[in-house]
Amino acid sequence: MTKEEADNGRDDMVIDVPGQANAVPDGFNANYLRIYYGKLFPHADMFKWMSYGNDGKHPGCDKSYFGRREFSFTLENDIYIRFQSFNSVTELENSIKEKCPFKIDIGPVYSVDPAKRHAYAQSGNNVFTPVERELVFDIDISDYDDVRYCCTGADVCLECWPLMTIAIKVIDTSLRDDFGFNHILWVYSGRRGVHCWVCDGKARRLTNEQRAAIADYFHVYKGNENSQKKISLPGLVLHPFLARSYTEVLKGFFEAKLLPNQNLLASEERYEKILEMIPDASVASELRRRWQENKRASMSKDDINIVRWEQLKSILQSGKQKMQGLRRCVEEIVFSYTYPRLDMEVSRHMNHLLKAPFCVHPKTASGRTEQGRTKTRC
Amino acid sequence: MEVFQSHRKSSSNNVIVSILPFYRSAPPLEVRLEDFEFFAMDRLRVLKGISDGLCRGKKPEEMEKLVVDLWKANMRHPQAVEEVNKDIISHFVLRLVYCRTEELRKWFLSMETTLFRHRFRLESSEAQRALMSEFKLPYKAVSNAEFESVKDKLGQVARSMGQNLAAADAIFYKVPFEEVPDLVSGRRVFIHKGHAYVAMNQVVSLVVTQFRSYISKALILTNRKWTSTIREQEKDRLTPIVEALCTSYLGPDYSQPQEFGEISIKDIDQVAKTSFPLCMRHLFEKVKEDHHLKHGGRMQLGLFLKGVGLKLDDALAFWKAEFAPKVSAERFDKEYAYNIRHNYGREGKRTDYTPYSCQKIISVTPGIGDHHGCPYRHFSEENLRAALVRMGLSSRAVEDVMDKVHNRHYQLACTLTFEAVHGSSCDAGINHPNQYFIDSQRVLQSKNGSVA
Repeated sequence: MTKEEADNGRDDMVIDVPGQANAVPDGFNANYLRIYYGKLFPHADMFKWMSYGNDGKHPGCDKSYFGRREFSFTLENDIYIRFQSFNSVTELENSIKEKCPFKIDIGPVYSVDPAKRHAYAQSGNNVFTPVERELVFDIDISDYDDVRYCCTGADVCLECWPLMTIAIKVIDTSLRDDFGFNHILWVYSGRRGVHCWVCDGKARRLTNEQRAAIADYFHVYKGNENSQKKISLPGLVLHPFLARSYTEVLKGFFEAKLLPNQNLLASEERYEKILEMIPDASVASELRRRWQENKRASMSKDDINIVRWEQLKSILQSGKQKMQGLRRCVEEIVFSYTYPRLDMEVSRHMNHLLKAPFCVHPKTASGRTEQGRTKTRC
Repeated sequence: MEVFQSHRKSSSNNVIVSILPFYRSAPPLEVRLEDFEFFAMDRLRVLKGISDGLCRGKKPEEMEKLVVDLWKANMRHPQAVEEVNKDIISHFVLRLVYCRTEELRKWFLSMETTLFRHRFRLESSEAQRALMSEFKLPYKAVSNAEFESVKDKLGQVARSMGQNLAAADAIFYKVPFEEVPDLVSGRRVFIHKGHAYVAMNQVVSLVVTQFRSYISKALILTNRKWTSTIREQEKDRLTPIVEALCTSYLGPDYSQPQEFGEISIKDIDQVAKTSFPLCMRHLFEKVKEDHHLKHGGRMQLGLFLKGVGLKLDDALAFWKAEFAPKVSAERFDKEYAYNIRHNYGREGKRTDYTPYSCQKIISVTPGIGDHHGCPYRHFSEENLRAALVRMGLSSRAVEDVMDKVHNRHYQLACTLTFEAVHGSSCDAGINHPNQYFIDSQRVLQSKNGSVA
């Protein structure tokens, strides 16, 4: 099995200052990991969570449940072992402490103990197949590199982290209000973004097709470096989900925070990216002309980004615009900057392995760990 | 027999039975052998009519009317029970007929699903609701009060798809979102607290999808049963009927030349140029060129000529003269005359063979040295274009015809050719080479006041 992370990730690590050989190295270190697993990692809580009440302590519980869950470990030297399973919290704890995995992933609950999978055929009646798995989402800040100018890649700062915050708000609200889910955990993924674990029984029992449907429901941002237009909102009005996300979260955030903080309209390089999204060339030229004239001084004390944004909105939303593509242009711009960019593949399949919360990430030199956060604390 | 019945009260308080079966199981009825065949043929007319309508790209409203007309013309019975019986029996007979190859199954599935879709739409809403529960679809109708509370959101969803929330669509169903992944996926429904609000027209899609998937599985099972037991068991009784049914052409058979009476041997050259469809023109040209035709070609052209009005003696003279450079008179009499007489029903069991329909001609695959079959299907693109140009088609017309060919609508291609050559439209479409001939003669006569 190949590991997800590339080896050059180790470059992030802080190296000891030469001449201080006796100082305690503050980079990532297998010893620290041992201490972490010995004293800090919440084995009992993980067990309790993953058991979903099947802890063997009361009648009606399924004693085999926890033992049918797959874990995978990434060990030192990139050795990757799948289909690890444990029958009790003690087994789980001992295995982790003994192996000191650099990364722990959580997989689905299978029909039988993964350790016994070879005894079962892949088809017919007796199968080894996933039966339960949380509904999960993965949002990566590095997917937003084209709309943030303060950081790139795995770096995050107070200016751009809010992109994650609003993504969480949009998705979380929908999961609760639209889909009726209640038990939702958002965790920092330890490096570049957030993971969402939806733990309702109904969610765990979703089929791959249903997961794909939910992922597609959330799929609005479509594109990569090669596509010009990544958000397309046809139709006379927005679907209630998109409309609510826009009016309650995205519009406000874009206009009050992202626009001024990232100076999205202040310079030619940056405003060209927005002008490119306007399908009517004459409208775009008109704005370009105005902004080129007003390069140096702004007319008022207001932030130049906000002034220009108001100009753009007033042209695009004026009743005079008849062209089809312009109807939702303003929303499309806001969506393309702020709408959650999900990794679709993560959510679609029950057997996708996702990093466990409370793992220490080897690539985060400062040793940030995954921590749970609820929506309110965001 | 599992037949779903729903009752609709008329204003005079008589209960009217409205029935739309979905063919769960074969009826334990006794069926007369003739009914076995005739019921199936009537239903086949309906299905072929639907197929025709779809090929012509009829819009949904037009299709709905077509289905009503076809059903009325072929399947109606004054007694509702008899109508239901015929409906079910004919469906199951056709299942036997159309289960036997992948292509047949695809066609049958497509037509039956379309038929079901339109019949379902025409049912009353109680009947529809009842059918949905038969399909075990967990749909609950939305109460008026609840509808009022979500009306705005439902309207939004409709308008986001470019539709309008008409009063007629005020029937909505509430269903767990897990049941409708496609609608969720495309954001085509309003979802709230885990329930999706599904509009009536979307419900139809879902029911039809269930129906289609059920019939699809049933066809595979039927095929298994057919090949393993039924075909052998019924080889003296039902099997011949079943095997003949799917190739049956259901229009006039052109075995008796009608309006234009006779064509004599001296007229053939002329009418070949003006009124023969491409398949027969090609054969005709080849026999003139090669002074020979292989068996398939002789059958196809020979029977066509019979249908056109060529008498037996003239036919014998024609073929003899054309073959003369290669075949001596004695050899002709020995080897070919018998078959020609046979075609005219003067030999052997004296069957008066009917000229081949388009369906039959399209289905054959000519081998090396053959020139029969349907040129729209078998000619290379280059050869077909050249042949069309020789028939006098403009380049625009050639493109239109080729477009149909690429989509494998061979009869539509021939129809377009007819229209281009004659400068008049052919609404009925071409289903038989002799029909092409007759229609052509009709157009020419009305233009010139005489047979060309």
